Parts: sequence; structure tokens; C-alpha cells
Amino acid sequence: MSANLGPQFEIEFERYELSAGLPYHFEFGRREFLKVFGGGVAVVLIVPRAAAAQESGRRQRGFEESMPAEIGAWLHLSENGAVTVFTGKAEVGQNIRTSLTQAVAEELRAPLGSIQLVMADTEKTPFDMGTFGSRTTPQMNLQLRRVASACRDLVIALAAKGWNVDAKGLVAEDGEVRDPAGGKVLSYGELARGQALAKAVVAEDPLLPASAWTVAGKPLPKVNGEDFVTGRHIYTPDVKRPGMVYGKVLRPPSYGATLESLDTSAAAAPNVIVARDGDFVGVTAPSEPQAEQALAKLEAKWKTVPRPSSRELFQYLKANAETGGRGGEPFETGSVEEALKSAEARLEQTYTVAYIQHAPLEPRAAVAEWSGGKLTVWTGTQRPFGVRLELAEAFRIPEDRVRVIVPDTGAAYGGKHTGDAAIEAARLAKAAGQPVKLVWTREEEFTWAYFRPAGVIEVRGGARADGTLTAWEFHNYNSGPSAIRTPYEVPNQRIEFHPVKSPLRQGSYRALAATANHFARESSMDELAHALPHGGMDPLEFRLKNLKDERLRAVFQAAAEKFGWGKSQPAAGHGFGIAGGVEKNGYVATAAEVAIEDNNVRVVRVVTAFDCGAVINPDGLKNQIMGANIMGLGGALFEAIEFENGRVLNNRFSKYRVPRFRDVPAIEVVLLDRKDIPSAGAGETPIVGLAPAVGNAVFHASGTRLRSLPMVPNGLKA
Amino acid sequence: MAKITELQVNGARCPIEADEATPLLVVLRDQLGLTGAKYGCGEGQCGACTVLLDSNPRHSCNTPVGKAAGHSITTIEGLAANGRLHPLQQAFLDSGAFQCAYCTSGMILTAAALLRVNPHPSEDEVRRFMNGNVCRCGTYPRIVEAILGAAETMAKNKS
Ligand code: FES
Ligand code: FES
Repeated sequence: MSANLGPQFEIEFERYELSAGLPYHFEFGRREFLKVFGGGVAVVLIVPRAAAAQESGRRQRGFEESMPAEIGAWLHLSENGAVTVFTGKAEVGQNIRTSLTQAVAEELRAPLGSIQLVMADTEKTPFDMGTFGSRTTPQMNLQLRRVASACRDLVIALAAKGWNVDAKGLVAEDGEVRDPAGGKVLSYGELARGQALAKAVVAEDPLLPASAWTVAGKPLPKVNGEDFVTGRHIYTPDVKRPGMVYGKVLRPPSYGATLESLDTSAAAAPNVIVARDGDFVGVTAPSEPQAEQALAKLEAKWKTVPRPSSRELFQYLKANAETGGRGGEPFETGSVEEALKSAEARLEQTYTVAYIQHAPLEPRAAVAEWSGGKLTVWTGTQRPFGVRLELAEAFRIPEDRVRVIVPDTGAAYGGKHTGDAAIEAARLAKAAGQPVKLVWTREEEFTWAYFRPAGVIEVRGGARADGTLTAWEFHNYNSGPSAIRTPYEVPNQRIEFHPVKSPLRQGSYRALAATANHFARESSMDELAHALPHGGMDPLEFRLKNLKDERLRAVFQAAAEKFGWGKSQPAAGHGFGIAGGVEKNGYVATAAEVAIEDNNVRVVRVVTAFDCGAVINPDGLKNQIMGANIMGLGGALFEAIEFENGRVLNNRFSKYRVPRFRDVPAIEVVLLDRKDIPSAGAGETPIVGLAPAVGNAVFHASGTRLRSLPMVPNGLKA
Repeated sequence: MAKITELQVNGARCPIEADEATPLLVVLRDQLGLTGAKYGCGEGQCGACTVLLDSNPRHSCNTPVGKAAGHSITTIEGLAANGRLHPLQQAFLDSGAFQCAYCTSGMILTAAALLRVNPHPSEDEVRRFMNGNVCRCGTYPRIVEAILGAAETMAKNKS
């Protein structure tokens, strides 16, 4: 399909190819080095200019002038042995602070405790496009390994030179270089003392075989875990600045409403400031309760406009679909019409998915501070440099006057790409002349943050009596083109994505549209298997019959084996289902067992087999896969945004059900560790198998086919 | 509205100044700098703001500070004793029972309340007691594992 696939698809463009190049040295002048690093040894990762430009779409700015523009990350070994690594990636709960620290520790052979990661601070860390698309592990992990091993070679060379011995005989371990033959030892700090040594390594194409890396075999606890279990860690809503006041924003009553008039007189109080800028209205006050009170006293008249409601959503999406243009050319091969005519089993069905909210437990928040014409903002975002640009544009100041700092954040799941709270806090801080903290309420989150796109998917399929697929037609309206192509072998296909102007604000979500497309595809594969003549075919057998892709076959087989597929019959009222697919180089198959109890669906057991190439951190990976399945349960079973005339009706956790302890099934994870294949990311893809596996199991248990996500918001009605 | 001027938090008397109706969460976070209790929903639905009031778990987001005055309040910052982590804190570390960890302090304090009344809970009892606490990252299985692990440690420490 063409690459130009509409707005949700854009964020997938992170797949920047880094062209391989020869490592080269560049010389820092000693004075320059001391100015930047203050002595010691530094290793800088260079991303070749072409790739850097492609990655960011523009040159980076704001980083130390004396540093080249294409820096991807850098590591500094100080004269006291402390190692600081700088990366623009953000920690939003995927535990990359730990996995990246671990990667550096292993390659550098230095104790974990001596390594500190400085992350996602636009003034201190090099440009990074953002932390999403599951690219941190396959790219940054690998690059930091290269940087760390180059640093290790440097300290070994320093020792060899100092001792006048051959570097080959020296051992680096635990932050020291030893000469077993001569019995000498020097710590990294001692070796770095008095040095001003810099080396550059060029980022290589990370898609090179990864079999050579040391694979982190044993699970590592979160490096700064103690800060979290003691409550010491400072998330954005916990940041406090001298003289800080609290902000609140006046929200329109519905989408598309415009401000007609505003009377602020009732809100007037000492130290309360009301800011108005076009349709933006907000207040600041010395305490949050005071800010809330002032907000409640504002009298605003809004002009509302009619908007669609969730009741008519799917008709709306169909009726307002765009053809051609943004959706790109359809993928077409053979003739679906001809093939359907001669098919011996046919399927024609429509599937739908609702808007859902990421609902990260930490709401969008920001603390903004202006000082000397410079703006500093602490905010939880996956795109610190993107937010810096948004701020610079909003306030018409150069980017180097803006600093964005991302404290390790209370999750995002694809939902924190934009700088809404940052811009609002900065606008209020400008009005107040003081630093401002703004924390969105849960109600604001549920209305004004963006949603996972809703969608309608129409499928037509045909097969011969022996189960060979012959025709496949697939139209996705609005939810997105990720994983829209079928991995099965079908000679006649037509596949098309139809963008729609969404009635609600929509954006990326863990795994993007791969969830919706897998739900439709893997449900209809199940339907086709059952529709085959002579009582249908086992759904797993049907899939394997039409599947050549070895890696996908392997995960299906692994999940089936662990699950005991075909070995036993479910208990009364229980059912088994299986589904799988491939996205972002991750291959997943999920088998599920459900129980129907009092018209409710309970997921009893889930087995997920996953292959994302070489496994770097098995424990973290398992945690991510379990988490993806549990999060996926919500969207599969009960999460849906209800709205009417541009107003979200279920804007709280008491009205929007998320998975809880009692919803959690037994989850087993099978990792297929492919040491011969570079690692792909894993935070997203494992979510895509769950919904169709559960839907297929519900059909198996009850004979009821559920074609809408969520499947049972109000229980299973016959 | 009556003003509240003092709270008993983590064994210390803390001067504050708030209307009695102000949520305890706001006072703890903004006046006492105890930011371990988190805002997640403001309506008693997620448990991120959990603190202990005389050893019972309470949602500080919808507990008026007036109702908390005169009681002994424990926040996550006060759980470690004599510089040693509480067994639950240690167990959460050992089990890796978090991803973003925004839910963690509420989880640990709720679990502390559970283990006080039921030192040997079954897995199912843990799930039921903890059901009011949301972990959006979905680390529930490890949280259950950590709580059961801590129960074991605490039993051993006693004997
Ligand atoms: S913030 Fe108190 S229960 Fe959610
Ligand atoms: S670890 Fe993120 S909410 Fe629990």
C-alpha cells in the first residue's frame, strides 16, 4: 500500500532506516571537550545526516553548539567513574530506563549503580523523534550497546598504554581494567582521570543480525524501583516550583462549541487570575481548591453546533468515508468477484470497533515556568521534542527558548504524543507571571484527550470446499491501515483503507489499528472455517492450511501446543478460540478459554506465543505481554466511549469500566527467542490477538458471534 | 466552614490550614509535600490516592480533611520503618510488580491493610480485596504475586 495513509498512520514513520557507515573519529579540541564534558571519556553516537534528517524532518536545534547535529545519544565516563548516558527517549512505564541501563552496564562491564540515564530533556539530551512504535528496544538498545562497548575499548586502550602492554591481554570487569599477567588493576575512574578523550561511533543499520549481542538473560528489577515503592519518585503532577500556583481550564460544553461571551466578575478574588485568549479560558490561584472555585464562578456562554452521537457512529463513518486521496490506492490482485462466484464457502460480514480512551492513570499534566523569556515545561509526553516545537509555535518563540523535561511518566499507551497540557500550563503561567501546575481531571481526560479511532470493517471472503482461501476483500473505514493486509495466502484480494473526518478527536493507541484489523480478520477467518461444507474445519487447521509465513506458523503452533488445542473439549459453558497475526515485525498468536456465566463472559485462560526476534529482556517482555493482554481485555469486552451531540457521556471510571483484578485470567506466555533475527519492539503487537481469540471462544461456547468491539458491554444477550 | 489546622501523619503532628471539606489528598500533596498518594480519578474508583486512616485503607481523594483530623494517617512515605523497606515494598521490587508504577503506592497501602486483617490471604481473597485499585498497565498478576510473597515473608519474620 502507499505510504500516504492518513493521519493515524503518520506516526508509524518512525521506521527510519539508519544507513550503515564506517565508524570515524572526529577530534574535539581539548578546550571544547572540557567545556562540554568537564573531562573524562566520552563516546558519541552519530546518526548520519541523511538518516537524521529523515528521522526528524528537520535539523535539530538547541543542543550544545559545539556538538555535531546528528548525535543520537552519548555516554560520558567522568573522572570519578560515574557514567552518564544521554538519550532523548522517555520512560513511560515500559521500563526502558532499566533495560537501557542494563544494556550499557553489560557492554561497558560496569556496575549498574555507576550508570545514570538522563532521558527526555530537550536541553540535555540529543534530539529524538519520540518514544513510540516499539522502536526503543530494537534501535536505542542496540545503539547504546555500541556506544558502551566503544567506551570499554577506550578504557582498555588507556590501560594498555599506561601499562605499556598489549590490550588483548587485559580484562574489563565490574568497572575496572585488570592485567591478569602483571597483576595490575585500575578503575574506570582512575583511567579517565586527566583525560579529555572523545570518540564517535556511527549508528549502524539496526536490522543487522543480532546474534552477537550478549542477551540479558536474567530479569533485572527496575533500576530506580525504590523511588517508586517509597513514593519518592516525582511524576509531573508532583513537581513543585517556587512561587507556583495552580491552573484550571474552562472547557466547552461539547465538541465544536465556540465562546460567545464571558463574565469573569464573580470569579474575582485576591490572587486569582483569569486568562482569556480567544476561546481559551483558564484561571490560576494559590491552591487547587481556590482555582476550582474560581473556575466554577466563570459565566460563559457557548455556541454549540450539532454533532454526531455514538448511536449513529457507524452509519456516520460509512457515509462520510473519503475515497482515494488520503487513503492511498487499494491493494488489489486477481479478481475477488470471480473468485467469490466459484467459492464453495462464502462470508460477508461487517465488524465495528468503538472509540476507547487510553486512560493512563497519570492524567495529562504540566508545570510551566517562564523566566527571562525562556520557557521550561515539565510534562509527561512520549514526544518531548515534538512538544517543544508545539510550544515554540504556540508562543512564537524559537525552539531554543523552550525546554521540555519529561519526568518518568505514569504511562501513555500511545496517548501522550501531544502537548495539550503543556501549552495550557504555559499560557496560564504567562498570564499569572508565576509558574503554573495544571493537572487534567479524569473527566477532562475522557473528553479532551484523543481517542483510539472507532471504525467499521467490511469483509468478504471465499474458500474452496477443502479449505483453500480463494477470495479476500477487506475495507476499513476510519480506524486505520496498520496490519490491514492479510498474512494468509489468497490469490484474489482487494484491501482498502477509507479515512473519515472523525467526529471525535482521535490519535494513536497501543498497536494502532492493528487491533481492529486483526479483530475483523481473525474473526472472519473463524467464521469461514465454520462455514466450510461438511461441518466446517478446525479453525487452527484452516489457518495453517492457508499460511506460508514460517514465523507466524510457529507462533500459532506454539500457542496451540501450550494451550492444548485439539487435545480436550471445553467444560460445559466454556469455549476455546485462537487468533494471531503479525505487526511491526512481531508475530503473535493467542489462544483463549472463556466461560459464559449468567450471560456474562469471563476470560478464564489466555496463552500468548510471541516472536519478536532476539529476546533482550525476557522478564520485561513477559510483563509487557501480560499487560498488553490485560489492557486488551478492556477494549475487547467492555470499554467504549459513549457520546451524544459532541459530548462524552461516560467521562469517569465509574461509568467507563477498565480491567480490574477480578477480570484477569490466567495468562501464560511462550517466547520464541530467535537469536538469529534482530529484536523488534514488543510493547504493542501482543495486544492484537486477544480480542479475536476471545470472540472466537465465545462463539465456540455459545454459538453467538460477536462482531463489535467491545463485545459484551452489557453482557451477552442472546 | 471550620478550618483544620493539624493532622497526624506518619507519626508526626503536621500543621496545616484547610477548610474541613478540602480533600485529604490535596492537603497531603500540596501542603505537606507528601506526593506519594496520587490523583487518578477523584471519585473513589481507582485507589491511586489510598492512604491508611488508623490502619484502614481510605481514598484520600474523597475523604474530607475534617474527617481525617484526629486520626492517625499513614502514607507511602511513612511505611518504611527505621530505614528498612516494608516487606510489601520489598516484594513489589522483587516481583517487578509495576510498569509505570503510578498505581504502586495505592496498591502497597491497600495490601498493607489487607495483610493486617488477613495475614494469610488466598489468591482469590487478594483479588477481591484489591479490586478497587486500578493498574492500567495491567500488572495485576505480579501484584498478586508480590502480596502473597510479602505475606510469606511477614509470617517468617514473626516466627
Ligand atoms: S483518585 Fe482517589 S480513588 Fe482514584
Ligand atoms: S504500573 Fe502503571 S498503572 Fe500500575
